[in-house]
Amino acid sequence: MIAIRFDNVSKSYPRYLHVTRGLKASLLSLSQTVRAFKQEKFLALHSVSFEVEMGESVGLVGPNGSGKSTTLALIAGVLQAEAGRVNVRGHVCPLLELGAGFHYDLTGRENIVLNGILLGLTRREVTAKLHDIVAFSELEEFLDQPVRTYSSGMVARLGFSIAIHLDPDILLIDEILAVGDLHFQAKCREKMKWFKNRKTTIVLVSHSTSDIRELCDRVLWLDHGKLVGEGTPNEIVPLYEKSQLVGNSVTAGV
Amino acid sequence: MDALHEDRVAAPRRREYLRDLIVVLTEKEIKGRYKNSWLGYAWSVLNPLAFATVYYLAFGVFMRVQIKDYPLFLVAGLFPWQWVSHSMGTAPNIFLANASLLKKVQFARHALVASAVLSDGFHFVLSIPVILIFLAIYHVAPTWMWLIGLPLLIGIQFVMVYGMSLLIASVNLFLRDLDRLTILFIAFLFYLTPIAYTSSMIPEEYRLYMYLNPFTPLVLNWQQLFLTGTLSGGGMLAAGTMAIVSAITGYLTYSKLAPKFAEVI
Repeated sequence: MIAIRFDNVSKSYPRYLHVTRGLKASLLSLSQTVRAFKQEKFLALHSVSFEVEMGESVGLVGPNGSGKSTTLALIAGVLQAEAGRVNVRGHVCPLLELGAGFHYDLTGRENIVLNGILLGLTRREVTAKLHDIVAFSELEEFLDQPVRTYSSGMVARLGFSIAIHLDPDILLIDEILAVGDLHFQAKCREKMKWFKNRKTTIVLVSHSTSDIRELCDRVLWLDHGKLVGEGTPNEIVPLYEKSQLVGNSVTAGV
Repeated sequence: MDALHEDRVAAPRRREYLRDLIVVLTEKEIKGRYKNSWLGYAWSVLNPLAFATVYYLAFGVFMRVQIKDYPLFLVAGLFPWQWVSHSMGTAPNIFLANASLLKKVQFARHALVASAVLSDGFHFVLSIPVILIFLAIYHVAPTWMWLIGLPLLIGIQFVMVYGMSLLIASVNLFLRDLDRLTILFIAFLFYLTPIAYTSSMIPEEYRLYMYLNPFTPLVLNWQQLFLTGTLSGGGMLAAGTMAIVSAITGYLTYSKLAPKFAEVI
């Protein structure tokens, strides 16, 4: 069964000039502004097609600005494709970056409920999982302290613990396995493997090729919004690393 | 058949979810707002009281506006107005303040606006006892009509402010100048709404224009309820209609723009 299907998906961002340039600059070069409004677009994804099987772990690699986060946002449904079709089956849960969706004046307990609900669970469902979340985060003694007293590592642990306990069908991870101390990082990797065994679909964006090798069944390589390579980590990672070291972006497919 | 069944199970859960989302976000707003301030909830009363005092000085004492029981009159209009102005004043930043969330997670974003407006409404409700104190000072007693009038007007005001806030919050992502405009707009609106003066003080030829201000019927209803303990059907109908128009405009704009939020934020 297919969990995620991208069918010739393109996505471009208009450059909203009035936001960045201000009125004076826009008026001084009015014709340019008008033209820019119509034309100037940044092509983030260009006719990308791929499929992810249910239960598969797929890594996304590519240099900065290659379209990895755009791809995740399209899967999460936060962005809409401009051309082509995106099909996603199941409950998608993105792992949020450090503290997003947290309110620092609320306690850890209150934040678990808030974050769980923002990620799509009802209050009852979060409450039922509260114990497991707290146990995994190892933050029992700080649970009723406001999150602003937490260290950034503790915030990350709490966030990660919430996300992984929401029983997602599809887990989206954008470069945040490197959270917490070594002990917690090891625990996260452990949990990711558990997810894999449980046949949760995982899409992982990472610059750490060792994480990709360890966790992914397949790798998609993006460059300048195009899919330039697709294969097992052993096939793709060496090629990608080589291209990164040389500093050239690739144009030919693999 | 299967899909149909799934839908039937999903609908109540969706309702429960939306309710939980709004309730939890509202709780967050209420708990977060005064968490680090010494006077805490007293601010939801002190703020409108401070304005009432200064308007009383400026208009009542210095300019000698002839309105019976002027402090009471001011309080009756200012307390509900405080809700309007606070909600609309914070509206431009509601989505911006949650940028990292909006970029990653798909959820009913309008709940953020609803909860901000609800928490301001909560603070207004907390301030009602102060209005009662003013009534007692001027020997006016609340009537049974309050039991109908309060929830009805709070509901109408919520719908009205929710629509406006949703409009402002959504459009501000695309036109960031709206932030500044909103500040001006709220200040102008205050002086164009009969809060510090009565509608009968407006010269005849301008009185019609006063009703172009969507907040006029709402404020008149509040004053009537607080000061005379009565409601007028026509006034309620006018305020209700304005509220529905506001909510529809806000929601349609939001629905049109929401798919692009993550791009521009």
